[in-house]
Amino acid sequence: MSDILILNGRLIDPANHVDANRDLLLRDGRVAAVEQPGGFRGVEAAETIDATGLVVAPGLIDVHVHLREPGQTYKESIATGTAAAAAGGFTTVVAMPNTVPVNDTVAKLEWMLDAARGSVVKLFAMPAATVGSMGDALTDFDGLRAAGAVGFTDDGKPVLEDDIMRAALIAAARAEVPVSQHAEDTRLTGGCSMNAGPMAFRLGLRGMPVEAEARIVERDIQLLREIERAEGLRPHLHVQHVSTARAINVIRKAKKEGLHVTCEIAPHHFALNEAAVGDYDTHAKMNPPLRSEADRTRMVEALLDGTADCIATDHAPHAAFEKRQEFERAPNGITGLETALGLALRVLHREHGLPLSRIVELMSASPAAITSLAGRGTLGSGQVADVVLFDAGAEWSFDANSSRSKSRNTPFDGAAMLGRVRSTICEGRIVYRA
Amino acid sequence: MQSVSESATAQSPYAQGSLLSVAHLSVEEVSAILGEAARLEVLAPAERSGILRGRTAALLFYESSTRTRTSFELAAKSLGATTTLVSDKSSSIEKGESLKDTGLTLRALGAECIILRHPASGAPFVLARETGLPVLNAGDGMHEHPSQALLDLRTILTRLFGADSASSVGEHTLDGVTIAITGDILHSRVARSNAMLLPRLGARVLLCGPTKLLPEDALGLGPGVEIVHDFDRALAQCQVAMMLRIQKERLAGLELDLGDYIHRYQLNGERLAAFAPSALVMHPGPMIRGMEIADDVADGPQSAIEEQVRHGLAVRSALMARALGGSKGLRI
Repeated sequence: MSDILILNGRLIDPANHVDANRDLLLRDGRVAAVEQPGGFRGVEAAETIDATGLVVAPGLIDVHVHLREPGQTYKESIATGTAAAAAGGFTTVVAMPNTVPVNDTVAKLEWMLDAARGSVVKLFAMPAATVGSMGDALTDFDGLRAAGAVGFTDDGKPVLEDDIMRAALIAAARAEVPVSQHAEDTRLTGGCSMNAGPMAFRLGLRGMPVEAEARIVERDIQLLREIERAEGLRPHLHVQHVSTARAINVIRKAKKEGLHVTCEIAPHHFALNEAAVGDYDTHAKMNPPLRSEADRTRMVEALLDGTADCIATDHAPHAAFEKRQEFERAPNGITGLETALGLALRVLHREHGLPLSRIVELMSASPAAITSLAGRGTLGSGQVADVVLFDAGAEWSFDANSSRSKSRNTPFDGAAMLGRVRSTICEGRIVYRA
Repeated sequence: MQSVSESATAQSPYAQGSLLSVAHLSVEEVSAILGEAARLEVLAPAERSGILRGRTAALLFYESSTRTRTSFELAAKSLGATTTLVSDKSSSIEKGESLKDTGLTLRALGAECIILRHPASGAPFVLARETGLPVLNAGDGMHEHPSQALLDLRTILTRLFGADSASSVGEHTLDGVTIAITGDILHSRVARSNAMLLPRLGARVLLCGPTKLLPEDALGLGPGVEIVHDFDRALAQCQVAMMLRIQKERLAGLELDLGDYIHRYQLNGERLAAFAPSALVMHPGPMIRGMEIADDVADGPQSAIEEQVRHGLAVRSALMARALGGSKGLRI
């Protein structure tokens, strides 16, 4: 087999509390050994990577991506989306189920995860929590779990009905995976296309109130309490793309209470506020929307103080013609896989002093733990050889036209980034090299 | 971090002569437009009709309109321009053609300027970006109606200070003038444009209406804007009472007790006499008589409603000339 030696790098492996110069030997898709610098002197490998000046970290993991296959491959395919992931330093992504058709059966899940789809990195999926994501009847949680599901979600919309959400949390608890909730009370957001507030008023756009997010989080947490009491189960609620201080505060309290709640924050929610909508820029339109500066600041704090468990991109590609129309008509979402690390390092590390090891943790070990991915998110000996090498000090600006994604819908075209991915290695194979 | 940038001097990605938002106009530009309107109004018809001879403007209307459409059309024609009207009901828009493609088609057919009315807020920005043509916003969703605010300004200046004072403005022209805008503020593009324009000329703008139709967020329109929910109190302070229609088509499930609304917010003769006996009464139209305004007021001596329509023709002529570069002194 083709061994890979990574020499002279700074290994950051938060799960093992390592932040030091180490050399790594990758063999048969696993980390064969980790040594002090120079420890592999005399060892021959098919490939030797000189990582001088680079951070060597567990490959990044994104628990929230939209790859659009099947059904909307004009926006993205599993192959192109995962190529973008590799370029962004990700070695594992979790595909959302709102494809066409919705990923809600074992057959569809198996089709999606089949090697024939050409995934460049390790692909997992969260199938729909309800049939067709219609919110009425649960999917086959046990069968889907056995086929590889790492969670359940109706992402794009919430599981709105109390009884259905309760049943989903119970079934997911038995299957030992989270229910990943898109927290939006859609009864409050009909016809809305940005954050509610003075800016939406001025632009004449109907605004999504922060309550729409907080209410569903509150309801779901109440369900966790009830289920723990009544069923003796410990369900895991994962709150997707938290965007409001209100929701973060509710999550923080629930964690203190000991409930099993985790949450993710998307880079755009800590890097941008609603002002980015500007003159109706549809590249600043997503759901949940960009919020006020106070909310943005709170997202940064939540990442600094540990309330937020991980960073997830909500990579949501759309074709140019779909975004180049009236703001209210344009679909929600932006691409994010190639800008996540650069934004995290620029905003959280440089501007707010979050240590590199915490950023690596938020983007590898923590998402691995949320989705119970054994052997991933850490680089201890014997673990999966998923590695990212990046130059943490490199300043660059993102060029959307150079993206590996099929789509270009990003508000970060031309934006300053910090930290550049040099190589991405997935299961011992080099899947990206700058 | 990104910040809101509304300065009129900021580099604009939109073709010169576009008018998408009153926020894009400097006070000097507002003044120049008023000056041009005054100049064009008194030109001999023969001279006026030479100004845009050979030029082509398209009116693209996705919503119905009487005043705005007709006055833009008549303004363009009086300056000698050729106009073509495209409406969503009788074009390929019905077949699903996008705004971008519709704009590019009009451009390919020779349109040098597009006047757009559209139900989606911000649609004129899309059209201006995609076509590169000057675009005049003739009302976009709940966002803005800039030409209405300019004609309202000209009406106010003429009635308060005389016709001679309506051809230029500065930052203090409306010092001491209070304008009460009353009604369905939430859904009103006229309210937004006026509330963003008039305070920059020194005016105080009182927004008035029930809480459901007037959220606190309206204060974000800018300094000089205040919220007063009590109509009588607002009337008692104003020199200009601008009334707005309840936009039933945009209520989107909002419940409103119309009887109560009439009781609290209708401008009728009794109320006007009691609280604002000398105020100027304005309405951008369409009026719903018996709802927000009573007959006696609409047709009474304090009403400037018909004059507003006439000023619309003059202001829109100036905007057409500005968009197509047919006016002197406006292009720098």
